[in-house]
Amino acid sequence: MSNNSQHSSATGESAIVNASIVELRRLIDAGEVSPAELAAIFVGRIEALDPGLNSLISRVEPAAPTSSGGSLSGIPYVHKDIFCAKGTRTTCGSRMLADWVSPYDSTVHERLTGSGGVLLGKANMDEFAMGSSNENSHFGAVANPWDEKAVPGGSSGGSAAAVAARLAPFATGTDTGGSIRQPAAYCGVTGIKPTYGRVSRYGMIAYASSFDQGGVIAKSAEDCAVVLGEMAGFDERDSTSADREVPDYAATLNDSIAGLRVGIPTQWFSDALDPSVGDAVTAAIDELRAAGAETVEIDLPDADIALAAYYLLAPAEASSNLSRFDGVRFGYRCEEPKDLQDLYERSRSEGFGAEVKRRILVGTYALSAGYYDAFYRRAQKARRLVTDHFHRAFERCDVIAGPVTPTPAFDRGAHSDDPAKMYLEDIFTIPVNLAGLPGMSVPAGFVDGRPVGLQLIGRHFDEARLLNVAHQYQQRVDWHTRMPPVAADSSNH
Amino acid sequence: MSDYVIPSGWEAVIGLEIHAQLATRSKIFSGASTAFGAEPNAQACAVDLGLPGVLPVLNEGAVRMASLFGLAIDAEISRVSSFDRKNYFYPDLPKGYQTTQLARPIVVGGEVTIPTGEGKKATEHTIRVTRAHLEEDAGKSLHEDFHGMTGIDLNRAGTPLIEIVSEPDMRTPEQAVAYARKIHAIVQYLGICDGNMQEGSFRVDANVSVRPTGDETLGTRTEIKNVNSFRFLQRAIEFEIERQVDLLETGGEVVQATRLYDPDRDETRLMRTKEEADDYRYFPCPDLLPVVLSEATIDSWRAELPELPDAKAERYQSEYGLSAYDAGVLTSSRATAEYFEAVIARDGADPKLAANWVMGEVAALLNRLELEVGDCPVSAEKLADLLERINDGTLSNKLGREVFEALAEEGGSVDAIIEARGLKQISDTGAIEAMVDEVIDANPEQVEAYRGGKDKLFGFFVGQVMKAAKGKANPKAVNDVLKRRLDGE
Amino acid sequence: MSLTNDQLQSVAHLARIAIESEWRDALRADLNSILDQASLLDDPRLDELEPMAHPLDQTQRLRADEVTETDQREELMAAAPASERGLFLVPKVIE
Repeated sequence: MSNNSQHSSATGESAIVNASIVELRRLIDAGEVSPAELAAIFVGRIEALDPGLNSLISRVEPAAPTSSGGSLSGIPYVHKDIFCAKGTRTTCGSRMLADWVSPYDSTVHERLTGSGGVLLGKANMDEFAMGSSNENSHFGAVANPWDEKAVPGGSSGGSAAAVAARLAPFATGTDTGGSIRQPAAYCGVTGIKPTYGRVSRYGMIAYASSFDQGGVIAKSAEDCAVVLGEMAGFDERDSTSADREVPDYAATLNDSIAGLRVGIPTQWFSDALDPSVGDAVTAAIDELRAAGAETVEIDLPDADIALAAYYLLAPAEASSNLSRFDGVRFGYRCEEPKDLQDLYERSRSEGFGAEVKRRILVGTYALSAGYYDAFYRRAQKARRLVTDHFHRAFERCDVIAGPVTPTPAFDRGAHSDDPAKMYLEDIFTIPVNLAGLPGMSVPAGFVDGRPVGLQLIGRHFDEARLLNVAHQYQQRVDWHTRMPPVAADSSNH
Repeated sequence: MSDYVIPSGWEAVIGLEIHAQLATRSKIFSGASTAFGAEPNAQACAVDLGLPGVLPVLNEGAVRMASLFGLAIDAEISRVSSFDRKNYFYPDLPKGYQTTQLARPIVVGGEVTIPTGEGKKATEHTIRVTRAHLEEDAGKSLHEDFHGMTGIDLNRAGTPLIEIVSEPDMRTPEQAVAYARKIHAIVQYLGICDGNMQEGSFRVDANVSVRPTGDETLGTRTEIKNVNSFRFLQRAIEFEIERQVDLLETGGEVVQATRLYDPDRDETRLMRTKEEADDYRYFPCPDLLPVVLSEATIDSWRAELPELPDAKAERYQSEYGLSAYDAGVLTSSRATAEYFEAVIARDGADPKLAANWVMGEVAALLNRLELEVGDCPVSAEKLADLLERINDGTLSNKLGREVFEALAEEGGSVDAIIEARGLKQISDTGAIEAMVDEVIDANPEQVEAYRGGKDKLFGFFVGQVMKAAKGKANPKAVNDVLKRRLDGE
Repeated sequence: MSLTNDQLQSVAHLARIAIESEWRDALRADLNSILDQASLLDDPRLDELEPMAHPLDQTQRLRADEVTETDQREELMAAAPASERGLFLVPKVIE
């Protein structure tokens, strides 16, 4: 385990920023650190480090925890700026909502606050969660804490960067096509995208409603388990929320994985995969085997079809979801509209960035008369095809393990002039969203100083198993405890 | 009834789309109130405003009411229905799409019968209903003066509607109005819509086309919107038939378009042509899941169905001996039937007498005052009191009408009016005999003539007695006594 | 499948998005490269499959018909770009 603080004590900053949530709760309960002191430590780090990272869009004055008994009581965190929190600016990374203060709370915010969580800020993100590099934010790009030339991934890039730099013990994220797992992989942190319907979408600004799912980015699987336990659960305000009990995720973390059948999708280890990423992922799978798991080869073909289907279905839903941004009731409105048409066109054209407009146009086209059957309906059939592949695979295995992304974090600006190329970054994450399955990204090493992630995919509502496997893996390796140098420097001040 | 006749050689084909606001307490997808008349936007919650991040949850009341309608018209209730989004931009449409049901509506098929023609030519027609689906209403644009701006009130946004689409089964404006009235009656009987056309709770759009009589193919149709009374519906369709026939007869062409009815000018005018219509980009709403109804749920709703107009009209005929026409009129609206039934709830009531009064005096009064039966100044209770006094001979029909007018104008109780105005009918035989004797004594010549065979003079004697009694003598008693005395018993 | 300028224009109108002329060609190329991928969906294996709208096989839950919202007009309209007397204002709508 790394412990790079010279004067280590249980309450020294370095120990604090690397402590687990359970450990932080113990320190608070023991009176060794107060919630206010804890918040102050992380606020200090934000002030010191975030000007260089730009991981936060807004900072929030820490409030006293509303609950003292909750498992997150006194634990600071940041929200992806897609979650509405009453009285805070909620921008979704867009000029459209640059000044919008939400008049209501998302269910996720209500639950985290109810459990005593202390909100420190709203994390940067690709505009309306559309992007894989966080370069599509109206509030500027985010630096990858491991290498400022690299992107942090997206769309939850700010959340992943903030956790990697230890600006907060955990962050919320959302994942529509990989937006939790990919930035978690690029930033060397642990992220979980739960089963579609596991976490309420109420108050989480919609990108593509039948794919969007809220989740957690944290330092470890153990921390993800604690936070997800608070976030998850039925919400009567979300019709797509699953009415099923939430298991005690922490309770099964230490279960043995001996005999567990791990499916390896052979097609994912092809030419498209950067060989060094492949090596890191293979090494991680070897660790699972060493822990007693069995591996079986499985078939997960048609990732290219999944990608094509996703990039029609998600934009189609988005084109409709984003129609409410019309300059009438909230959000950006153009100066002096000359008539209604002008109000709509200029408010939307000036308020949305290029990638959002691109996807709205693709989606509008895919739904328009004469093209619906060829595009939208056909893509829905492809969604079925890809989902069926997973169901068949899960007849032979309990979890699936593979890469999160084909490459480590790419350089800023590398793909910004070729959206179709950028979309290829999502080729291993998107199929999981099509099927609505839970997926995790777990730090699994480095390639040229940039982190690489191992993806774990489970059956519907099998988050407990994913967290268990990830935790068992993290008992054997220390990738997740590595801190980017820029973050370590700060804690040594 | 209009005297309108379709130009000879032409046939009109009419179908209606009726939007009925459902009388739920809360909105279709939110917990905001649907009450009419609140301050602007005071009943538009975060979901109704389409704020970023909000989500819809379907109101059971709306599903129940739509299903009741389907059951009432013998339609199929879809075991699985679903919602789609209809995308277009308009300031009163907060989300930029209307949540509606395109692919799988909750009600499929069904039919209603309408009376057509009057008197001896009266007959029944069956009009088929294609479908009825659930959807959300939009808000309202207010075009008053806001420095050249339009104001948007979203209180109505999210009010549940059913859109009831008919087959093009109607051939005359009268049939269209009769169908619309029938649907209006059914939704009110079911208690699922208040039926208020002025406030927009019940809105009718008409699809109208014409073709030469005998042609099988349909002509190009236009859709007429903004029709907010049955009278305007009749006028709007008449105007549109004339307009289309004129066009075709003068070598013109009907353009498929949406037209607005302007009641002030009594004409329809172009709103937009088909080419200008939006491409609505319907697709399944990803925020709502398929609505699945069990047999048990549908059965429990079926058990809730009240007696509907057709069944009620039949019962009025068999149970009360009313004519088909009378039964039809009395059941044509829930409020009228309720009024009639309240009148005959009185012990010993005569349903035929009650029917005559409700369709006669009451209808005339309402017509004169331009009131609905629910606001009738003479309550059913009071009318029952009045008819009781006619039945027991206290009042003649004529005096009854006088009491009715007094009730309508001044209120008060029936007996108090009779007392105060001295309207009590003289039925006491002794008093009538005295008056009859006086009249016979005073008119010896007429008595002579009558007894000599001039039967027609009987009326003269009745008139004289009634004059002496100042109209208050019981006519039957007067007849009896006169007959006895004149015929020399 | 290739998008013409006219098609792009009409899609942009449907979406109420104005496209600056200097962006049009690049945008059209981007959209076409995305739409090119859609030819993968011509795969005959898809023909017989049931379209999938939701990832979970769940049905709609129904909410009791109760009024649960109170008047929050002031808070909810605070973000309105233009409002007066409780109404949202837009440029004159001509019917």
